[in-house]
Amino acid sequence: MGEHALRRPARGTAQGGRLISSRLLAHALSTALAPAAPAAPAAAAAAGVPAAQSVAQGAAPATAIGQPNSVAMAFFFLFIAITLGITYWAAKRTRTTEHFYAAGRTVSPVQNGFALAGDYMSAASFLGIAGLVSTTGFDGLIYSTGWLVGWPVVLFLIAEPLRNLGKYTFADVVAVRLRQTPVRLAALLGTLSTVLFYLIAQMVGAGTLIRLMFGLSYEMAVTIVGAAMIAYVLFGGMLATTWVQIVKAGLLLGGAATLALLVLAKFGMNPVALFAAASAKYGDAVLAPGSLVSVPLDTISLGMALMFGTAGLPHILMRFYTVRDAKAARTSVFYATGLIGFFYLLTFVLGFGAMVFVGPDAIRAIDKGGNMAAPLLAEFLGGTPFLGFIAAVAFATILAVVAGLTLSGAAALSHDLWTSVIRGGHPRSGEELRVARVATFVLGVVAVLLGIAFKGQNVAFMVGLAFAIAASANFPALVLSIFWRRCTTHGAVASMVTGTVATLVLIGLSPVIQVDILHHPGAWFPLKNPAVLTMPGSFLIGIVVSLLTSDARAMAEYDGHVREMIEGARAH
Amino acid sequence: MSYHELHHRRWRIAIALTLAVAAVYFGFIALIAFQKELMGTLLTRGLSIGILLGALVIVLSWLLTWGYVRWANTHYDARLEELRKEGD
Repeated sequence: MGEHALRRPARGTAQGGRLISSRLLAHALSTALAPAAPAAPAAAAAAGVPAAQSVAQGAAPATAIGQPNSVAMAFFFLFIAITLGITYWAAKRTRTTEHFYAAGRTVSPVQNGFALAGDYMSAASFLGIAGLVSTTGFDGLIYSTGWLVGWPVVLFLIAEPLRNLGKYTFADVVAVRLRQTPVRLAALLGTLSTVLFYLIAQMVGAGTLIRLMFGLSYEMAVTIVGAAMIAYVLFGGMLATTWVQIVKAGLLLGGAATLALLVLAKFGMNPVALFAAASAKYGDAVLAPGSLVSVPLDTISLGMALMFGTAGLPHILMRFYTVRDAKAARTSVFYATGLIGFFYLLTFVLGFGAMVFVGPDAIRAIDKGGNMAAPLLAEFLGGTPFLGFIAAVAFATILAVVAGLTLSGAAALSHDLWTSVIRGGHPRSGEELRVARVATFVLGVVAVLLGIAFKGQNVAFMVGLAFAIAASANFPALVLSIFWRRCTTHGAVASMVTGTVATLVLIGLSPVIQVDILHHPGAWFPLKNPAVLTMPGSFLIGIVVSLLTSDARAMAEYDGHVREMIEGARAH
Repeated sequence: MSYHELHHRRWRIAIALTLAVAAVYFGFIALIAFQKELMGTLLTRGLSIGILLGALVIVLSWLLTWGYVRWANTHYDARLEELRKEGD
């Protein structure tokens, strides 16, 4: 790294580090951030190196990060104790499938708003974006905006019809007028692909994050996350999962807001004064776009995955069944959007705060991807105890996200596959709940095993992949089946299957697999995220196949469908 | 008003608002991609047009959800209530 890079945040030289960061903390960001050209030799060499080696101890500033931190441990075990207490309380109230999947539909709009925010705000948001802003300035903020814009789409197009037409899963909605078996199986493919890729990314992120922060072994960390998550979901179902999300969202928002207040207190509570201090130290370039959007189509493609994928994430969609009615679903998205938007505005302050107080070079010395920027800032402003608190919050964040994912995967397996397909919609008494619990346990164990299997692998692309599948496989089929009279079983199934398969194939042919992981000199498909093709493509295929086939029942039932979408007949 | 008319009214508003969010966000990305200098222009010390617009994208997204919820809670729910009364 040259003089230039030492004095100010360098954009070009950071790219190798960004690839390394992807193993340290799984997030979608680096998917788009990795260089558009074939990967730098340093990045390629790093792909097989254990994460710990990228932590340059010698160059690091004095920090307690990576040391066993008793405050972090205390906060973390407190969180586990409280959430297990909640689970015990919830377990006594979880007797039926409606309780297990939908918390008895008793969650209030404010509670669901917090729980949606808890399900959505991952460690990538908190650590990844703060890190990107602290090392690249303005470029990192592009992601702060991208992660929010999916929520208005959820509200406008999906939340209310979903609540009124479905029962537990999004496949309920697609299958309302169509033939059950093919639709449920195709939806299962999309759901499980989304859930598994998202889970792997979170588990690998959890393992590395916890090792970095607490000094626990990777396998131990992944197993603890898996065990806690299985306990929440298995015993407490949706009620426990909801409250874990609420506690986590409160902790994350409270922690980030406190950190931001401590930063702003040094600048007369004026964020612009903070940005001015950053530009005085590192030049006006930190306030301007850099090299991030060098391939606009790549950024637009990731943007489409984020914008329309949010409305296709199974664990987010499932949350709308936990509230009383469509109006409550509507209100809960409004609260969630406010909370998430507020959180992303805080990342502006956290990122530039870390840039000013800790410095990009010191941040990269601890972790080349910058993921430790927020914890380092916490340590600078509040000492080891605050660092411990923030570390525990980051852990709680991952734990809550995996619990929501596992529950939605288990619901798809038990409700869509077992009850609707295998039992033809007529399960034996109590059977669906038992199957849901077995599925939870199996998915939890699979998540731990996959987390361990992918240790040290570059899994950053998997979050982007999960969003791309959600945007291409789940979202178009949902919109077509809800709003289009002419939509047929064949059309919906073709759209879901094509969306999943095309996304997987194009990711396989893209630079993130071909160049970053397989070290080939080039890739057949130029974009890192395929959503710009696969999302419109899935719509097109759904429409064309629907027009070529006919589904008399689906057409005939559309009038009742519209009424049900508005009235929510099925819900009561 | 029938269920279909109410459905169509909501659908038109939903699509218009979705397009508005998409225009705001992809417009922001397009400015970053093609108007780098403009986005880097300082309005005052410490505040570039890019940072201001980035914050505005977040605030606008939230305001659009607010606008929709306000419309739905008043107009949409009132029409729905009328429909239910007619049905009785």
